[in-house]
Amino acid sequence: MVQSFGRIVAIARKEIRQLRRDRLTFGMVVAIPIIQLLLFGFAINQDIRHLRAGVADLSGSQQSRRLLTDAEASQVIDIVARVASIEELNTLLRQGHIAVGVVIPPDFEQRVERSQRAQRGNGYGPGGDHLDEPLAQLLVDASDPASYGAAAGLRSLPIAPRSGLKPRASAATFEMRPYYNPERRTAVQIVPGLVGVILTMTMVLFTSVAIVRERERGNLELLITTPLSPIELMVGKILPYIVIGCIQLLLVLSVGRLLFDVPLRGQPLDVLISSLVFIFASLSLGLVISTVAQTQFQAFQLTFFTFLPQILLSGFMFPFDAMPEPAQWIAEVMPLTHFLRVIRGIVLRGASLSDISRDLWPLLAFGAIAMTLASLRFRKRLD
Amino acid sequence: MTTAPKREEPNAIVARGLTRRFGDLVAVDQLDLTIPRASVYGFLGPNGSGKTTAIRLLCGLLEPSAGEVTVLGLEMPQMAEKLRRRIGYMTQRFSLFEDLSVRENLEFMGEIYSLPGRARRQRVDELLELYRLTRQAKQRAGTLSGGQRQRLALAAAVLHEPELLFLDEPTSAVDPENRREFWESLFQLSDAGTTILVSTHYMDEAERCHALAILDRGRLMAEGAPRKLMDDIDAVVVEIETPYPRRAREAITTLEGLLSVAQLGTQLRALFSRESQEPLHRVQTAVSSSAPESTASVQLVRANLEDVFVAVTRHSPKARPVETGSG
Ligand SMILES: Nc1ncnc2c1ncn2[C@@H]1O[C@H](COP(=O)(O)OP(=O)(O)OP(=O)(O)O)[C@@H](O)[C@H]1O
Ligand SMILES: [Mg+2]
Repeated sequence: MVQSFGRIVAIARKEIRQLRRDRLTFGMVVAIPIIQLLLFGFAINQDIRHLRAGVADLSGSQQSRRLLTDAEASQVIDIVARVASIEELNTLLRQGHIAVGVVIPPDFEQRVERSQRAQRGNGYGPGGDHLDEPLAQLLVDASDPASYGAAAGLRSLPIAPRSGLKPRASAATFEMRPYYNPERRTAVQIVPGLVGVILTMTMVLFTSVAIVRERERGNLELLITTPLSPIELMVGKILPYIVIGCIQLLLVLSVGRLLFDVPLRGQPLDVLISSLVFIFASLSLGLVISTVAQTQFQAFQLTFFTFLPQILLSGFMFPFDAMPEPAQWIAEVMPLTHFLRVIRGIVLRGASLSDISRDLWPLLAFGAIAMTLASLRFRKRLD
Repeated sequence: MTTAPKREEPNAIVARGLTRRFGDLVAVDQLDLTIPRASVYGFLGPNGSGKTTAIRLLCGLLEPSAGEVTVLGLEMPQMAEKLRRRIGYMTQRFSLFEDLSVRENLEFMGEIYSLPGRARRQRVDELLELYRLTRQAKQRAGTLSGGQRQRLALAAAVLHEPELLFLDEPTSAVDPENRREFWESLFQLSDAGTTILVSTHYMDEAERCHALAILDRGRLMAEGAPRKLMDDIDAVVVEIETPYPRRAREAITTLEGLLSVAQLGTQLRALFSRESQEPLHRVQTAVSSSAPESTASVQLVRANLEDVFVAVTRHSPKARPVETGSG
């Protein structure tokens, strides 16, 4: 038992030594999370202005013109096209000439009046039904989350000040019609997801490569003639990467907070625990890959093979609910899918571990199964 | 099978009918071996003759397709785990960590064998001294010269003072001077009671072994002490010294009973089967008629190990029928 522990420590220490000397890999440990965070984060969070907008002003009234001037003055949109129908607007949107379409209905003036009356009556009385009625429509190309986020800023553009009324509190000036991407996402949602993506990529890759490298360089032939057991070898090898995973977690969440104001509504300890479970699952997957791959290149390919579907189907790239059912079944098998729900739950909604246990168990199960599979496949033989 | 006493058995390794196939290829074919304790035992064979595969079978790295092996009284491969602490294995390919220093590598192996801290450091220092690596202690293993690597690998293999040492072509990258020295250290170990199994394709090395197995295409072609193998050779060796070795060679190739001819400068070495009639006389006639104007000296000489090797490997059939099924 003590000897076994000593051997695990020996392997872990050796692994850290080798890692420290492998500058490129060591750099990747820190660089990958930061670069990804900056790439994803800035691209999405940036306060995008001057979106190209098309206008279909079906009302043509003084008030509608004033609204458009206000919208343009906010610098969020630049009106580049004025058309006469919604269809034309759709075409422009589809062709990518504009990112936002502004539709002002023919009865715009009446709507404004109704809404103001409703407000005066505090939502009660005959005009109450109209309090929530939008005054106009924004058609937004939401396949680009960045422009969607920016246009969302226009939503509650105050229309009232010039008419001397206080801004509408409850209802939006514009009704948002997200196109192509019904689930609205922002940097706040991306960053926690990024924790999962980065951990998936580095944990699986590092473990699979670390073991296959020893096979490739012939170290394994020596190691398996020693008293070292497969489980000791594996545990010793993944220990350093668990620490690395935690460092990456800390890095992503703190940079996310500094640069993008990503909140941490849940308990930090819960984040750590659930991340450790996810790291365990990913490392185990890496170990399974390492028992299949013969060369580092194969390990890399196999890792990528498991990485891509996770990125695409987990709900990181595309909204989970919008996927066809078979894709959802596949996604349920993948660790990242569950971890995204877990980490978003804790970080964004302040969920506790028991709240998200439904998605924590599958992670544990995945890790346990993969680990068993790996130790079964990794025999102390060459054949 | 016979139930041999488990411990204190006089032989370090006993193998019966040891066979290993890779698909259709029979890498090790019906090997019978008996290797006494505290001896230096050699595997001599050309590339692909199954030396590495045989060693891997003996230390439990590969599962045999057929046959039985007992190593240090333990049955392989079932008892392989028990054996680990008692054997040392120096792989054919350098298998220590190239990105660790010499000392770190040895320390690491010491930790793997659970040597306690102080004893471990002492042992590492001792080995660095013994194998003249003290000056390279901080150098990365990957930057060592071939000979230094070999010494490091040997140091790592003997670190835990194993009873049985497997050395797979340990001197393939070593110059003659260092090779001699390397062998000195092997004999020191063997004097101290370590059994050493060493594979090689150098004749001079093979000749140093206490006993030798000549392998060819997975088969055991001959076994015994080198001296005895040379005495018992099933051939007659004729040495021809001539200024026209090529002409002489052509002249004797057609002679009946000729097994092989090898040229070394102006010298030819011809092997004839024992049954052939008066090879010396026939060679003399053939050589002098090939170059009447010159004088050639022709004589019978003692066989060396290379002759033995040539003689025994000649008998192996060029193509073996593929064995199907098991057993
Ligand atoms: N894992 C394997 N899979 C398939 N064939 C193998 C395997 N290992 C060895 N062989 C084959 O078995 C035969 C014996 O190989 P082995 O490595 O034992 O030879 P060797 O005597 O050690 O040769 P060398 O002197 O070149 O090291 C070769 O033909 C080789 O191709
Ligand atoms: Mg070999």
